[in-house]
Amino acid sequence: MRLSYPSNVKVIQVPCTGRIDIIHLLKAIEDGADGVYVAGCREGECHYLTGNLKAKKRVQYVKNLLDELGLEPERVEMFNLSAGEGPRFAEIAVEMVKRIKELGPSPVKIKKAA
Amino acid sequence: MIIADRKPIDEILDMIKGCNKILVLGCKGCVTVCNVGGSKEVGILASSLKIARKKEGLSVEIDEKTLERQCDPEYTDQIKDIVDNYDAVISMACGVGPQFLSEAYPNQRFLPAVNTTFFGGAVQHGIWAERCAGCGTCIIHYFDGMCPVARCSKSMLNGPCGGSAKGKCEISKDVDCVWDMIVRKKIEQGRLEDLLEVKPAKDWHTARDGGPRKSVREELVQ
Repeated sequence: MRLSYPSNVKVIQVPCTGRIDIIHLLKAIEDGADGVYVAGCREGECHYLTGNLKAKKRVQYVKNLLDELGLEPERVEMFNLSAGEGPRFAEIAVEMVKRIKELGPSPVKIKKAA
Repeated sequence: MIIADRKPIDEILDMIKGCNKILVLGCKGCVTVCNVGGSKEVGILASSLKIARKKEGLSVEIDEKTLERQCDPEYTDQIKDIVDNYDAVISMACGVGPQFLSEAYPNQRFLPAVNTTFFGGAVQHGIWAERCAGCGTCIIHYFDGMCPVARCSKSMLNGPCGGSAKGKCEISKDVDCVWDMIVRKKIEQGRLEDLLEVKPAKDWHTARDGGPRKSVREELVQ
């Protein structure tokens, strides 16, 4: 397919999005990531039955926590797509990068550099 | 177990204002089981506080540790070599933890990160409900294993009251009327007449009415 997606997206592979914990998303933000998104399987199509549904709840928890901390919850997101949807994967990467660019750099990072 | 909820981050941030080196101390007891103050939650709180401080351009050093229990000197002793390295210690245990720690280390500040709410259990994963009020004189054998002291909004011992409708309490549609449950169970088991038995007034001096409580077990005291 040789699709391209923005090079500032760093992909971290996990066996299932159910493996992703709240602390993984938080650590990324803490270390200065401008945004983090989780690309999971479509709802109802999890090989492990409920991994992506668990991830969805954890992403929502982190969104609420960011809101509590005064950061934009939109910096964290969950997307659902199947492993066969390469074009959609690239499209999501573009969409998320656009969203984060509109939000601007993470205040955590700005102050860190200052 | 003892159930608790994490305090709002703003409240915790306010407590640690001016502190630059902090220890977040979890407990592997009840608060681990109710997912509020175990090692996982310690990591989440530490990370959240770092994010909040970094966002304001302020530095903070946060260490994490989780004790087996914070309600036992045997375990609170385990921080004796490090406790003075911090400006403050945030305890994620129930209200007992910061108090035991304060007694053990009078020179340190111990701040509670959770609101201790009740004695209860997990009715399903992620949902906990109150079951015991710790009144000191258990009477649930009269009520087939259901406690009206903890589960009736008015702690009535001779319910149901007029606020019971369709099995729910008048305070909320989400609250079951425990007296409705007690009566139903008695009917199902054919023992409704149990409730006609006249009993002496409940002894409340064993509850908080008698002041702070203490339990002494002579066979164990050394």
